[in-house]
Amino acid sequence: MNTSDQSSAPESYRSGPDEGGHFGIFGGRFVAETLMPLILEVEEAYNRYKDDPEFRSELNYFSNDYVGRPSPLYLAQRLTDELGGAKIYFKRDELNHTGAHKINNTLGQILLARRMGKKRIIAETGAGQHGVATATVCALFNLPCVVYMGAKDIERQAPNVFRMKLLGAEIVPVTSGTATLKDAMNDALRDWVTNVDDTFYIIGTAAGPHPYPKMVRDFQSIIGIEARAQLLEKENRLPDTIVACIGGGSNAIGLFHPFLDDPGVNIIGVEAAGHGVESGQHAASLNGGKPGVLHGNRTFLLQDGDGQIIDAHSISAGLDYPGIGPEHSWLHDIGRVEYVSVTDDEALEGFQLCCRTEGIIPALEPAHALAHVTKIAPGMHKEQIIIMNLCGRGDKDVFTVAKALGVEI
Amino acid sequence: MIGENRIEKKFEQLEERNKAGLVTFLTAGDPDPNTAQEILNGLPAAGADIIELGMPFSDPMADGPAIQLANLRSLANGMTLQKTLDQVATFRTLDNETPIVLMGYYNPIHYYGTQRFIDAAIEAGVDGLIIVDLPPEEDEELCHPSMTAGLNWIRLATPTANDERLAKILKNSSGFVYYVSITGITGTHSAQHSDTNEAVARIRKQTDLPIAVGFGIKTVDHVASTAAVADAAVVGSALINTIEEGLTAQLPKSEIVKNLHTFVAELAKGTARDR
Repeated sequence: MNTSDQSSAPESYRSGPDEGGHFGIFGGRFVAETLMPLILEVEEAYNRYKDDPEFRSELNYFSNDYVGRPSPLYLAQRLTDELGGAKIYFKRDELNHTGAHKINNTLGQILLARRMGKKRIIAETGAGQHGVATATVCALFNLPCVVYMGAKDIERQAPNVFRMKLLGAEIVPVTSGTATLKDAMNDALRDWVTNVDDTFYIIGTAAGPHPYPKMVRDFQSIIGIEARAQLLEKENRLPDTIVACIGGGSNAIGLFHPFLDDPGVNIIGVEAAGHGVESGQHAASLNGGKPGVLHGNRTFLLQDGDGQIIDAHSISAGLDYPGIGPEHSWLHDIGRVEYVSVTDDEALEGFQLCCRTEGIIPALEPAHALAHVTKIAPGMHKEQIIIMNLCGRGDKDVFTVAKALGVEI
Repeated sequence: MIGENRIEKKFEQLEERNKAGLVTFLTAGDPDPNTAQEILNGLPAAGADIIELGMPFSDPMADGPAIQLANLRSLANGMTLQKTLDQVATFRTLDNETPIVLMGYYNPIHYYGTQRFIDAAIEAGVDGLIIVDLPPEEDEELCHPSMTAGLNWIRLATPTANDERLAKILKNSSGFVYYVSITGITGTHSAQHSDTNEAVARIRKQTDLPIAVGFGIKTVDHVASTAAVADAAVVGSALINTIEEGLTAQLPKSEIVKNLHTFVAELAKGTARDR
């Protein structure tokens, strides 16, 4: 952790954002005027309900009985032995209903949408995990669901497309721009600006205009709150290091946020380096991008010398986004969190190692986090502890992995 | 002549002539930089009173298919923010009266550097800015420094704004107010005439600035009905469709330029109030 620059270190790392949704210079509300009243309405509703006992109790009920929380904190003993260093715990959010952390957020947002009297839900999705999690809660609460998905992603994520359809969602193929996640988000915003009266937009990551980065973080923070309590229970101490992968950064901020004010805890976010940050084909916004404004917030973005957004690349469709949540940009800027990157090839190795040693097929997203764990754990003492967020399971990725390994199935 | 004067003077002239203004929107550099410069240079003679130039962006979130494609065409042909400013400067050597308003998204300006951009825009002869993703909540970013430097800050007023919100929108507005007559993206459906009347009246209660109405205005009849209630009508996607049709039909570029100017002249007929 780099807190050498104490002059700019805040009293607490957990007090953001400010009223305008800023984390330092990042965040904000950079949206078209037509959307402003809607954003303000979401903010007001969120502020009204977030601590409301009835809202909390409903959220807890569905989190426990429907999603299956709390997710276990599991000591990955064989992996620990294999790497021969720090003790490695997995926070097993891949065991949630729908197989990833995404549902923590969609559940929270749909409960809010219902209280706001909204009759229609829209969402964007890249890999399809957020789309599936949104379609799931829409089925649960009987609300029509429209999911925007890049035409390219529809092609590479066929199983999730079918899942969403089974759950009753309408999938709109996005062919504008580069037909990927960023364009799906553009088209979802275009839908919202058109259907202002009845529609709630469930954004899938801790990005977008205020209050989304804060709201998504709060709903995902259950991950870190549980992990902290579980480790205290098991080991009677805090971890030395916590690690999570980052696309938009919702699973990571969910794990990180409850630990930000624990100075002894090293926090590491792992971006997708694709073919390598130097190759230009990557999704590492912090390590290979510059601050800019897109999708409602100021944050680090992949962009060219004219401020045009560049396509991200990663083997993991869930990390394939040219931006990152604004709170991560701030945590990077002030040095509280270390952000590293891991290539496609390294993630594939992490993926296989996890299958082999733990009998767990991880999603390609947390396989990036795991790849970084394999780099740092051997150099740590045996009594030190790492918590890694195993934020999704890999069933959806077996075709991609097979292809990458040259196996025909 | 500084920016404030060109816009103010234009609306004074229009009032003297008892006509509404025709505001044309085109994406800078569409379909390619050279053709776009020719189109731009000929707009005043064709009948455009105020020129809006879209600064191309890879992710135009508030725009419909026509303008999205125009942005991509323009970028694919090498357009940049600097070249957009250069085209304005070239235009200004020919015309020092027609106001030019740059419209677009914040990121290319953010990257260019806000103060550097403001200085360059004034130097090039730009009169005002419309930045879609900078609502009043983010006025410190570009609105305040632009207005301080003498650039007009033109805001979009929308059907979703109640009177309180409208006051906030109008607070740091200058030049004119651009009323977006529908909820939605550019170039899609058109507003009900009665809704527009009511909205324009509501805005007039709160400001003395001229009011331009846009989104969904596609024909000379739309222009005429808008001219009856507002100070100017904005046409964008319909013009850009002319370019796209020309490209699809593989017309020579000179023909595309001519067709576009002919269409502008046709639309301009709708601006006379005494016809």
